[in-house]
Amino acid sequence: MQQVNSANNQTDLIELDSGKVPLWEGFREAFILHLADNALILAQRNSEWCGHGPVLEQDIAITNISLDLLGQARNLYQYAALLINKEPHNLSASSLHSGGKEVTEDSLSFLRTEREFKNCLLVEQPNGNWGYTILRQYLFSVYQFLLYGQLQYSEDENLAAIAVKSLKEVTYHVRWSSEWVIRLGDGTAESHKKMVQALEEVWSFTGELFLPEPYENEAITGFDLVALQHSWLQQITNVLKEATLFSSALNEKVFMQSGGKKGLHTEHMGYILAELQFMQRAYPDAEW
Amino acid sequence: MALQDADALFQHKIDNEIKIEPKDFMPEAYRKTNIRQISQHAHSEIVGMLPEANWISRAPSLKRKAILLAKVQDEAGHGLYLYSAAETLGTSRDEMINDLHIGKAKYSSIFNYPSLTWADMGVIGWLVDGAAILNQVALCRTSYGPYARALVRICKEESFHQRQGFDSLLVLSKGTPAQKEMCQDAINRWWWPSLMMFGPKDSESTNNDQSIKWKIKRKTNDELRQSFVDMAAEQVKVLGMVLPDEKLKWNSQKNQYDFGEINWVEFWNVVKGNGPCNKQRLAARVKAHEDGAWVREAAIAFAEKRKMKREILKEPAI
Ligand SMILES: [Fe+2]
Ligand SMILES: [Fe+2]
Repeated sequence: MQQVNSANNQTDLIELDSGKVPLWEGFREAFILHLADNALILAQRNSEWCGHGPVLEQDIAITNISLDLLGQARNLYQYAALLINKEPHNLSASSLHSGGKEVTEDSLSFLRTEREFKNCLLVEQPNGNWGYTILRQYLFSVYQFLLYGQLQYSEDENLAAIAVKSLKEVTYHVRWSSEWVIRLGDGTAESHKKMVQALEEVWSFTGELFLPEPYENEAITGFDLVALQHSWLQQITNVLKEATLFSSALNEKVFMQSGGKKGLHTEHMGYILAELQFMQRAYPDAEW
Repeated sequence: MALQDADALFQHKIDNEIKIEPKDFMPEAYRKTNIRQISQHAHSEIVGMLPEANWISRAPSLKRKAILLAKVQDEAGHGLYLYSAAETLGTSRDEMINDLHIGKAKYSSIFNYPSLTWADMGVIGWLVDGAAILNQVALCRTSYGPYARALVRICKEESFHQRQGFDSLLVLSKGTPAQKEMCQDAINRWWWPSLMMFGPKDSESTNNDQSIKWKIKRKTNDELRQSFVDMAAEQVKVLGMVLPDEKLKWNSQKNQYDFGEINWVEFWNVVKGNGPCNKQRLAARVKAHEDGAWVREAAIAFAEKRKMKREILKEPAI
């Protein structure tokens, strides 16, 4: 198992090159914020397990994933901040422009409101039991794996660099979470039952991943999100079959929830932000 | 070899700083004392995750969140090495964890205090990890090999935690009035419990003599406590804060700090289970364990299924 200690975990950020930012207009920042919000909110959710995992080794593993996602979020927010500070009018988020200060990774994560966050609904759902957390992680990691797999060839060199680094981490996340999906799906009768239930619950939040928002159109991302769904389905079907969890009914029967990417979240989101943002809201203008 | 000779050889090794290894002869009491001490240390790492995990979701910046998450994760790693070290003495992790959950095994009482503000994260790193380091550096030369080796690795990471904790306090100490106040308040609350981490006074400690002779322990409680006070009394000046002890004063004759008396009534109360968080801490550990039971069972069942499949496949085809 991969183990990282604190000594080498924090400074592992991508160096951004402000000279190489291509002249994208409009939605570029929104797209990067969307990616960052996904990573941050899932990191926040996974970190709730820290100290409470089902077994020590897995407590460490889920915390590792949380740290990786947090690192990805930081790289992306820093890049978004760079773009926004260069062209402030490109972002309509009004809450960021108080006092004409430059935005930072922290103002982007701690001072935006629920309606400004662009993460998908999947990542904000409560952790549920270990099975639900694992399954959500698996479905999301495969999506991230394919997404970063595309973005590593982006013309935007900063984004490509972030994608390359993230892809290494996500490759491990896919492996770890798929192994657990199989183990729990094909474990005991009880674990199988719990996984079937988890899949039913989580499934309705997966459709949104592939429902492109204007900021995800091909001109900005460099790839077709709907085409990505095909690869995603193929990959997860194999694992779900091995986990004895596959049911072809899933895709047809379930109504897909959406809205998160537009800033229309579930009720959970407000509470996530209440905790996440508490210190920055209670002590405005303090350095930490 | 007669048992008497074995005992003598054992003590001879200890006296000559030769490490005792899992397969070597050791007196039963030595084995038991080591199991008790190492498992207690492991439990402290694991329970110790809880007061800090309490602030992960609310860390005030992304950088601080990453540092805190990684720190708490390190503590889980420490627990892991220590449980493995204890297992070499013939116990199992399940057994040790069970002893913790039924209240038979102890963990460090410091973790029965609540973490109330963000500044507590800095103070825990500075004082609690700091006190742990003094204890553990002294233990890196402990006579039981697997424990000594685990400690070397742990000590490196603990020093890193201490520096990070102090660093975050330094930021508070240079910050807004509210941040300074938060910093001083956290020092006030954690100072005395940190001094208690070194255990009862030497004159009242029951395990000291034999443990020192076997080199399970290398320094006495009071010696370690004194070094801690001397260290913290200097470091707190860098923060521009004060330690909450009116009797704290440099004694140039003894070349060390004099300090006030610990509230031993409080100390024994927390040890006996009446600290502010004893019940919550243990309940949190028990809940995690019980909620995880189906996961552990499934993992075992799955591994067995796979093993059977492999064995079937291994059968020669013809
Ligand atoms: Fe530790
Ligand atoms: Fe530590």
